[in-house]
This record gives sequence, C-alpha cells and structure tokens, in this order.
Amino acid sequence: MARMSMIEAIRDAMTVAMTRDPGVVVFGEDVGYFGGVFRCTQGLQQKFGASRCFDTPISESGIVGTAIGMAAYGLRPCVEIQFADYVYPAYDQIVSEAARLRYRSNGDFTAPLTIRMPTGGGIFGGQTHSQSPEALFTHVAGLKTVVPSNPYDAKGLLIAAIEDDDPIIFLEPKRLYNGPFDGWHDRPVTPWSKHPLGEVPEGHFTVPLGKAIVRRPGAAVTVLAYGTMVHVAIAAAEATGIDAEVIDLRTLLPLDLETIEASVRRTGRCVVVHEATLTSGFGAELVALIQETCFYVLEAPIGRVAGWDTPYPHAQEWDYFPGPGRVGDALREAMAG
Amino acid sequence: MSEHGPLSLHVPEPEGRPGDKPDFGDVVIPAAGTVARPPVDVPPEEIRELAYTIIRVLNRHGEAVGPWAGLLPDGDALQGLRDMMKVRAFDARMLTAQRQGKTSFYMQCLGEEAIACAFQKALSPGDMNFPTYRQQGLLIAGGYPLVAMMNQIFSNEADPLTGRQLPVMYSARSHGFFSISGNLGTQYVQAVGWAMASAIKGDTRIAAGWIGDGATAESDFHAALVFASTYRAPVVLNIVNNQWAISTFQGIARGGAGTFAARGHGFGIPALRVDGNDYLAVHAVARWAIERARRNLGPTLVEYVTYRVAAHSTSDDPSAYRPKEESDAWPLGDPVERLKNYLIGRGVWSQDRHAQYAAEVESEVLAAQKEAERHGTLHSGGKPSMRAMFEGVYKEMPPHLVRQRRKAGV
Ligand SMILES: Cc1ncc(C[n+]2csc(CCOP(=O)(O)OP(=O)(O)O)c2C)c(N)n1
Ligand SMILES: [Mg+2]
Repeated sequence: MARMSMIEAIRDAMTVAMTRDPGVVVFGEDVGYFGGVFRCTQGLQQKFGASRCFDTPISESGIVGTAIGMAAYGLRPCVEIQFADYVYPAYDQIVSEAARLRYRSNGDFTAPLTIRMPTGGGIFGGQTHSQSPEALFTHVAGLKTVVPSNPYDAKGLLIAAIEDDDPIIFLEPKRLYNGPFDGWHDRPVTPWSKHPLGEVPEGHFTVPLGKAIVRRPGAAVTVLAYGTMVHVAIAAAEATGIDAEVIDLRTLLPLDLETIEASVRRTGRCVVVHEATLTSGFGAELVALIQETCFYVLEAPIGRVAGWDTPYPHAQEWDYFPGPGRVGDALREAMAG
Repeated sequence: MSEHGPLSLHVPEPEGRPGDKPDFGDVVIPAAGTVARPPVDVPPEEIRELAYTIIRVLNRHGEAVGPWAGLLPDGDALQGLRDMMKVRAFDARMLTAQRQGKTSFYMQCLGEEAIACAFQKALSPGDMNFPTYRQQGLLIAGGYPLVAMMNQIFSNEADPLTGRQLPVMYSARSHGFFSISGNLGTQYVQAVGWAMASAIKGDTRIAAGWIGDGATAESDFHAALVFASTYRAPVVLNIVNNQWAISTFQGIARGGAGTFAARGHGFGIPALRVDGNDYLAVHAVARWAIERARRNLGPTLVEYVTYRVAAHSTSDDPSAYRPKEESDAWPLGDPVERLKNYLIGRGVWSQDRHAQYAAEVESEVLAAQKEAERHGTLHSGGKPSMRAMFEGVYKEMPPHLVRQRRKAGV
C-alpha cells in the first residue's frame, strides 16, 4: 500500500496500464512535457517516450477523433480533456462515432478508449471550470460513464476503464484531487494522506466497472451519490444525526441496480444527490429506476438534491453548490414523509 | 515490412526547455521598413509573401521607417503609450489583488499590450470585437472605466455581470466588446456572423475576431475562415501568436505550416504577419485590414508575432516548461520601451515625463481599486445576491426556476 492523492493515483493507474500494455497511449492538451494542468500525467512522457505520451493541438474533436482512429487500429488511448467544460467540441466524435462504432459495424471495428476529464465545482472556477456533464454521456447508448470519489477507486477504476473494450467517459471530480471535500467549505481541508481511502495498493489492481459500494451503512434512508457528493452526503448524515446509508455509485453506466435496490428495500426511503443541474439530470434516471423496482416499499417521496438549473456562477459558488446543508434538509424531509 | 523500414511518430519540440539557453535563432526578423505596403484592393494571391515576413515600422534606433510608417500623428502615438502603460499598471495591480485573495483568478497581457491598444484605435464606433481573455487593452484603450473592470474581477455587488462570470471574462457592448465565453475558438466564427449580419442589413459596421496561436487548432477557427472567405465577410481575423498556449509551444498548433498567417492562403484570404510589439506597425496593419473590410473587400487574416512574458494565468508557473530567460531573449523587445524611445526621439516625450506619467497612472489605477473595493471583493464586503444567480437564464423565468428560487429561500 502507498499513500496517494487522487492525482497520484490516477497517474499511477496510467503508469501501470502503460507498463503492462504497449498499446496504451496518453495524450491531450499540455499532457506531454508539462504533465497536464492538474499534473495527472507528470513524468509519463519521460518514462514512456513522446510517441506514447504527447501534447496535442487545442482541438478536443481532434483529440477524440484521433483516439477513435487509434483505438480502432488496436491501441488503447487514454486521452485527457483539460476540463469537462471543454468536451463539447468533441461531443460529435463521442456520440456519433465512438459510441456507435461497434454497433454500426457489427463488431467489425471497435473503439476501446478512455476519455478522462476533471469535472464538478467547488474551486471558484465559474461556468467554464465547474460543470458536471455526466448526463450528456449516460444518455448515449454505447458509452460507459465512471465517476470515482477517492484515490483507491480512481486507480482501480481507471485501470479497469483502460482495459475495457468499450469507450469510457472517466469524470474526475477536481475538488477531490488533493483531498476529500465534504462541502463544509469554511473548515480546514484534509489531505488524502489523512484518509483511509488515500491508501492505494501498488501495482496492478482493478475496481470492477458497474459495482457500487456502501460508504456509510445506515438503516434510516438510502442516499445515492457519486464523486464529491459522496463526501457531502456523509457529512450531511453526520450533521443531521440521521442514520443514512450512503451508496457511492462509482459507475453510472452500467449501473449497479442490485446494490441500490437492496438498500432501498431495507430503508424504504431514498434521496438522490448530484452537483449537476436538476432537470433531466442523472438523478431523474435513478428516481425512475427506484420507482420501478421499489415503489411498494417506499415510505416517502424520493428526494433529489442537485445544482440549480442555472449556469454555474462564480461569486455565488456556495449558494450554488449543493452542500451538506441542502442535503441535510432533504434527509429530514425524507424522514418526515 | 516495407522497404522503407518502420514508421515513427513525429512529435514537435520547442527550441528550449527549462535549463536550456533560450534560442530564437530560427525566428527570422526582417529589418523594419523593408516590407511593401500594397493597396487594400490587392488580389490575395499577389501578396502571399506578407504571410511569411514580419511587417515592422520601429527600427532599433527608435525611428519609424518604411511604407507602413508615417500614419500616426504624434498625439495619437502618445495616447497609445499612455494606454499601454495603463494596461500594464492595471495588470500589475490585479495580479497583486489576486495574490491577496481578493479574487480567484487573473490573466495578464504583459508584453502584448501594443496589439489590443493599437487595434482598438483603428476601429470606429459601432464596430465589434470578439476578444479572448488577453485583450483587456481593447477596453482600456477604448475608455471603458477601470472601476467597472475591477468590479467584474472582484465579483462584487457592483459587478456589471452580477458575479456570474469568471474574472476577466468581461462584456461591454457599449464599448464594442462582445461577452467573452472562455471556451476557446467559439467566438471567432461568431465574429464572422456578426460581420455577415452587418452586410445583410446593409450597414457600415465591421467586426474583429481574436484568437491565440494555440486556439487556432480548434475546428471553429477553420469554420470562421471558410465562412469569411465564402461570404467575403467584413471582418478582421486576428491571431495573437505569443509563442505559447499554456505549456504548449506554438509549433504544436502550427504543425508543418510556416506561419499561422499562411493558414489564410488555403481559404483565399489575404494574410499579413506583423510585429506585435511595434505599436505603429500594429496600428498601420489594423488600419489596412479594417479599411478592406469597410470597403466591402472582405476578410483579412492578421498574425501578430509577440511573446507571452508572464504566466498563462495566476494558476500557471511557466518555469516548469520554458527557459526562465526566454522572455529576455525575445528578439522583438518590449512594446512600451519601443514606443517610448520613438516618442523621445521625436522630441515629444522624455524620461522625466515617462516617469511622471507612470506615477500618475499608478495612482489612477490605485484610486479605481479603492473605489471598486468599496463594493467588496470576492470573499469580503458586498457581493452579488443569490437571487441574481437565478435571473437572466431566460428572458422570463420559467416556472421550474421560480420553484427552485423559492426553495432556495430567496
Ligand atoms: C475549448 C477549450 N479547450 C481548452 C481550454 C483550456 N485553455 C484555456 S487557455 C488555453 C491555452 C490557449 O492558448 P492560446 O490560444 O495560444 O492563447 P494565449 O493564452 O496564449 O493567449 C487552454 C488550453 C479552453 N478554455 N477551451
Ligand atoms: Mg498563445
């Protein structure tokens, strides 16, 4: 075991994958010599050479388009989009091409590639450094979408993603890069070195895609969360004293409905939380699935806490961010219902 | 196996990395005054060489020479110097303010001041810029109030954008400054659309698009060029080549093309390359390109050759990816020093007056900052309301947002 921040864990995952498989290539804006604006690829170019880790022109469609070509050829590209907010120029390549290549060619060609991108708010990044676009990907048939919440999972999930034969969207909550963030923004920040999930095995291991995990066992209400909101949900449970069971989804698609259903059947109550805007967010899908599978055991309406349906503002960062206060209110409502 | 042996990937590298001696030996700098000035209605194919040279006016002795010289009265050049000094003083104060935690983020244009300041002066009222985050000179040279800029940077209660936008992503329609999005390249093609609208309506306004060397790689850049070419849009398409895109040197975006300006040729757009650190050259070329647009002759592509002296932003540390002394080795010098020496040579400026103005502009900026801080800074004092956060998403607030705002209790 080693102590790692989420950045180090992600870097370690790529190092392991590149060492095991010479077909793994890593590229993106500022990713080569400098090692990425968040330093996730630092040292990879030195270690593996410039033809396996390199800087690209600033063209997200070019990054993903070339990655698809390489993946179809037989490589396993793991590319970085500098911020999820800048993925839109690549959206056509992702949605029309990567997602459908296997289906439309009946397996003649496939696109085993991983697209990493920092996501989410909490850093005063304004509307161009704070978005959570996961629902734009879970809505597309042919993509898998992953959101880790800690260094251990980040490493295990990223290795699994790179080794997977389908295109993967890998969203990295940037507010978690250096330490867990529970939404109490006025309190001192803890580094990952002080958190058990900053303990990461060395070498190769995977966290399987499509498996959720119970982060905080509880009996009163189930909270479904992913990324930063896992930590916020735990903080809300502690602040309210409500015995919530917090499930970290880890992979949004494929979704681990079994773990969710088992928990909701026990608690009879559920709150769904995400940073992304509310309307047509991934929470809507979760609520529909729970309604379909657990309707008769529900004792209260399923609650949703999400980002307001506005662009992500700058000055009003903490008015916007769905912190433990708002999650706590939803827990109380679910208990009262 | 082919008779030519295995293939290998070419990945361009800059001349120097940290620890190396900076070397701009391959940057060919023609002497000032040596590049011809064609008539504005010249057919593009006759001036292809203008995309490979550098149009320069100010020579090493601080004299204005050649066919692009003599266009700017001393009074205007003096104003240009003052504008650039104001931009520089403004940047220095705001950098400090960010370090003091008064805002989250700042971006300087150190070394690139001549480009926006001189270009702005060649425009007419009613024209529209589609700037990037490094064209604060357009606003300052255009007389936009410093206090309003600072209010935006501080995201305070008087912020014209009510705290919604990241610092420096200004919007000022009244000053011909389109709202900056922050997504690279997207607005280059919008500038073309704005210019097409002026042509459709039979107006006389023109537009100017702005983009960095790095961002020319975006598809929107190429879309802008093809639309501008096809419809002969009255637009000036500016590329600020400051050698770097965060940590990525310009060779990554440029590829095998000799210059960024040369990108215009494939689209049949006249393309000029100009010394971006030479206020007089920038102004002369801007006037040329703007006149072409105004006379319905169509678009012009202009590459400004300059150097990003400072870090990309307050989140960046360039010592990790380029030689520390690289900016001192930059062969085109400093735009403020060069214009200052010219004006001293003309007998209309002096070292003393320069020092005196530097002090004056410093106190002007300081006074503006005091005024802005009365309205708050990012983490203290007056701030935009939470209510404002819900407004302006749509013209009229739809019911779901009304519900959310009520739920938020504001
Ligand atoms: C679509 C998009 N991709 C990536 C970014 C992140 N980014 C911001 S500035 C920048 C570098 C731009 O370099 P250049 O165009 O040369 O302009 P300069 O900063 O040098 O003025 C990058 C990659 C972005 N803002 N938008
Ligand atoms: Mg640049």
